[in-house]
Parts: sequence; C-alpha cells; structure tokens
Amino acid sequence: MRHYFIEFKEGLGFSFRAIRANKMRSALTTLGIVIGIVSVTLMGTAIEGLNGAFNASIAKLGADVLYVQKFPWGGGQDWWMLRNRPDLTFQNAKAVARDVTIADKVTVVTGTQATVKYGQKYVEGVIIIGTDNQFLETVGSDLALGRFLTQQESDGGRPVCVLGSEVASSLFPNENPLGKTVKLGNFTYRAIGVVEKQGSLLGVESLDNRVYVPALRFFGEFTNRRHSNIQIWVKAPSKTMLDDTKEELRGILRKTRHLAPRDPDNFAINQQEILIQTFNTIGGVIAAVGLFITGLSLFVGGIGIMNIMFVSVTERTKEIGLRKAVGAPRRTILMQFLIEAAALCLMGGFIGLAIAYPLSLIIDTVLPTSMPLSVVFIAILISLLVGVISGFLPAFRASRMDPVDALRYE
Amino acid sequence: MSVIKLSTITKMYQMGTEEVHALRGVSLEIGKNEYVAIMGPSGSGKSTLMNIIGCLDTPTAGLYELNGLNVSDMNDNQLAKVRNKEIGFVFQTFNLLARSDVLHNVELPLIYGGIGSTERKKMAKEALQRVGLGDRMTHKPNELSGGQRQRVAVARALVTRPSILLADEPTGNLDSKTGEEIMGLFEDLHREGNTIILVTHEADIAAHAHRVVRIHDGKIESDQPSKDRKVILTPTSQTA
Repeated sequence: MRHYFIEFKEGLGFSFRAIRANKMRSALTTLGIVIGIVSVTLMGTAIEGLNGAFNASIAKLGADVLYVQKFPWGGGQDWWMLRNRPDLTFQNAKAVARDVTIADKVTVVTGTQATVKYGQKYVEGVIIIGTDNQFLETVGSDLALGRFLTQQESDGGRPVCVLGSEVASSLFPNENPLGKTVKLGNFTYRAIGVVEKQGSLLGVESLDNRVYVPALRFFGEFTNRRHSNIQIWVKAPSKTMLDDTKEELRGILRKTRHLAPRDPDNFAINQQEILIQTFNTIGGVIAAVGLFITGLSLFVGGIGIMNIMFVSVTERTKEIGLRKAVGAPRRTILMQFLIEAAALCLMGGFIGLAIAYPLSLIIDTVLPTSMPLSVVFIAILISLLVGVISGFLPAFRASRMDPVDALRYE
Repeated sequence: MSVIKLSTITKMYQMGTEEVHALRGVSLEIGKNEYVAIMGPSGSGKSTLMNIIGCLDTPTAGLYELNGLNVSDMNDNQLAKVRNKEIGFVFQTFNLLARSDVLHNVELPLIYGGIGSTERKKMAKEALQRVGLGDRMTHKPNELSGGQRQRVAVARALVTRPSILLADEPTGNLDSKTGEEIMGLFEDLHREGNTIILVTHEADIAAHAHRVVRIHDGKIESDQPSKDRKVILTPTSQTA
C-alpha cells in the first residue's frame, strides 16, 4: 500500500514537471479537452433546463386530472380514424356529471379565439374558454381578484367573464377591472374576477391570455351547442384513485355514447402521465443525440491527448529506460504516464467548467436553469476518464519498453 | 561465495532474417569485492554481457545466478526488483533526470524500492556526501560539470547499497582529468568493500581494475589479473 502511495507521489511529480516543462504544448493539448468539456456541460445544462421547464409547466396539468377529449395526447393512432369519431357533446358532459361517483370535480371546457376590447384598448387572439363553476377547483388555480363563475351564472349562462392575468393587465393597466364591461368579439360581458398568473404550458401556450365565460352562453354566442366539440375535465379525489376514476369515467362515456361491448372507445381519456412519457421518449432522444454530438468534441480532445502522450513517451524513452534500470516495474511506468494524461485532462476539465459556468448563466436568461452539481461532477469524472483512456495506449507502450533499447535510444 | 555466476550463457538476436550470436557460451564467476573490467572492441558482445549481468536482459540459454538467485528465467517485473536491490548502474551519458534536482535523482531507486520520504532523503544525502557533493543537493544536473554529474550518477548507483556496481564506459563522456577523478572514486568504493564491474574498450581505464576479462566474438578471450595496475590518489580518497 505504502509502496503504491510513494510511487503515486513520484508519478504526480513526474507529470507536473513534464507539463511545466512543455507549457505551450500542454496548454494547446488541453484546449481540446476544454472545448469538449464546455460543450458537454453546456449541453447537459440546457437539457437539464429543458427538463425543468417541461416539468414545471406539465405540473399545471395536474397529476390527478383526467382530460376527456376526442384526440389522444401523444398520437400513435391513425389520424383519419380519430377524425371520424363523433365529437364530445355537452350531453356527454352532463351524463358524466350526473353519474360519476368517484370523481371529485367535473367541468366542461370548450374554447375559441376572439379579440377582447375595453374602451380603446384591445387584445387580439385571446382564448375564450366556455366552462362552468367547477373549473377553477378542477385545475386547482386561484383568483387574484374578485370571484369565479357561480353556479347560477353558469347554469343561467349569464354574460359575466373572468379574465386571465395577462388580459387583465393589458386592458386594465391602472384600473380595477371588477364590474367593468368588456367586449369579447361582438358580445358584451361584465368582468367579475381575475385569475392568478399561471405562466405557460410547455413554454408555448400562455395560460394567462384567456377569458373564462359560462359554457351555456358560449354555445349561444361563439358556437352552436350541438356542433361544438367540448372537453370534459375530471379531477380524481387523489392520484391513487386516478385509475379507478378513469375506469368509471370510461364506463359512463361508453354508455352515453352508445358503444356496443366490442366497439373500441371513440374518445380519449388523457392525463399528465401520457405527456410525461411522450416527453421522456423524445427528450431522451434529443438529450442522447445532443450529448453524442458534443461528446464528439471531447473525443477529438481525447485524441489530441493521446497524440501528445505518444510524443511525450517517445521524447522520454531514455528516461523510461533509466527508470526501468533502477527498478521501476511496468505498472509504475504505466501509472506515471496515465497520471500525466489524466492531469492534462483534469486541468482541461476544470478550466472548461470555469468557462462553462458563466455561459450557463447566459442560457439561464432564455431557459431557466442552473448548472447542476451532477453535471459538474460528471464533467470532472469524464475528463478524468478521457485522460485515462487516451493515455492508456501511450502509457502501455512506455511500460512495455525494453530497458536496453530505451537506454540506447538517442 | 561468488556474487555473479554465469554458466555457458548464450544470447541470440534476430536481426531481420539473420541470426546474430552475441554471446556464444560465456562462463564467468565474480566474487564479492572484486574489481573487474570487461573489455572488448565494439561488436564483441561486451554490451550484451553487461546487459545480462545487469539484469536488463535475459540470456537465450545458460544459467545466471546472482547472489545464489537464478535470474535467467525471471520476468520483467521480477528483474526490475532485482535491479533495484542488487545493481547500481553508472552510464556513459550519466542519464540523470534533467528536470529534477540532484537529491531527487539520487532518491529515484529508493522510490521504486518503496522507501519512505524521510529515510530516503537521509540515505540520498549520505550517498551524495560520500561522492563529495553534499553541498550540491538542490542543483539541477545542467548546473553541474560533467564530472559532478557522473558523481551524482555514482551516488544514485550507491544509494541502495547494491551487490554490484556496474559501470558502462563511465569516463567516456569526460575529459581525461575528470575521468581519472571518477576512476579514483571507484577505487575508493572498491576499497570500502563494493564489488565493481567496469565495462570499457579503453585499456587505460581497464587498467584500474584488478582483473580484466577480454571478450571477443561473443567468447571470453582472456581472464587475468591486471598487470600494471594504476592507482590514483584523489582529493576525495584523501578526505574520505
């Protein structure tokens, strides 16, 4: 043990003297590893950020909410078949609301786009959501101001609306929106509340650029009740009850949609899980490809190390001969050169991390992320590994040298 | 008991398609505290013989016992261990580590012998003092003269207290005056009980030894005590 320690210390001294003696060469060789580590760690950070962003936004879907829709998330089936399915109707929703026993909340959701106006101000492309008084509790959001639709307003299809926070701040920058009259498309509504800021779903669709109105009014004004495709959102009492809720829901829907026992479902019950699975598959592939491509630069860096280690071994042939003559066994020579290669790569790794860290702060402005500690450790481990792997062949050659030939080498 | 016992050693090399017989049945015994010179022109096989004696190479056939230990069939790592313990090399070109100071150069064999730092430094200092370089320990080899460098190499060879000191043309890169000094140092070391084997092609240098073995065409041509032995008294031998 002590033996190894003494030899290890000599190996360290050996490699640092060698690196110091060839500063320029060492720096240039290390540069390859620096670039490799910078690109790999930044890629890792970006992937981590992407995952984080996805998880944060997917959380808004709620792990315990089932989304009954015409189309399944994640696709996979023939689109033409799906398209020919009958739309989900308000009757379906009513049947679910009436018959469901396990579910906690059931709400109906339908939507369209319209321009929302207040006085001279207007916002284009706002999503108008037709829903009922259960909506807020189903999705688990809170209000920033006022109140949500009441059951009376919902059942009676009253012309009242609840604004998303983005719409509210655009139309009412300095005013209290409560009680104000806004125009949704051509129709007049009274604002009764503002939903708390929600952020966006998958970084694409803003959940705050919305206005919520009673579904019954929505059908009359924006679409025809009979020809509108709606969604039914159902909140299970808990995540563990999700499967039971789903089964019950399926039974009710099959009955109300008059499906024979052998017919396949002509609706989809979607849940957060499906998106997570889809994302994990796609995200995994993107991460693998990204890391592979950036890993190539690290590979090139490793080749540089191997090349310079061969030079280093050849240069010191005579020294190797001497060390062998005075009793260095093969493993010691091997270790000395491995340490040198690993030291070069570790230096590259640390410099690379020092460069990558401020760059990751730049990524952070686009994609909220921070360089995770795991990436730091993996980067150091990888640079060590690259050193050992690319140093092995030259070190092995050195360790196998015949002392007689090595001593005679000029 | 003899330190070195070679029995009908042969060594063959493959040079391209040709077989070269470097040694053709060499038998030689060298006892403790002998001072032997191995002489021969280039191509005679004396370097091969030296490599085998120094355990840097193994014979094709024949038996080599070093201190009663059969080293002719050992593998690389076993030979490395034997070299570390039993043999001190002095080379024509000194072979010092240019980037390390004198002390570290002398410590080197002890590092591979697994000796701890404190003990190592102490032994290296003693060896350096023995060759008269106790005041040059922190110098780098390029800050020393040729003679001083060879003394460092001698200190490195001595530091493990080996059974044999094997010197290959130790004065080949030195002017005649410094060469004489080094030979004086060897004489002192011999007087102190070391076994010394000197490999040279210069009769002048071989004349310092007590016994001269001449090699020619891979065979021992003659083996006799040195007739007109040279004895030098150097400043080191006087102060030692």
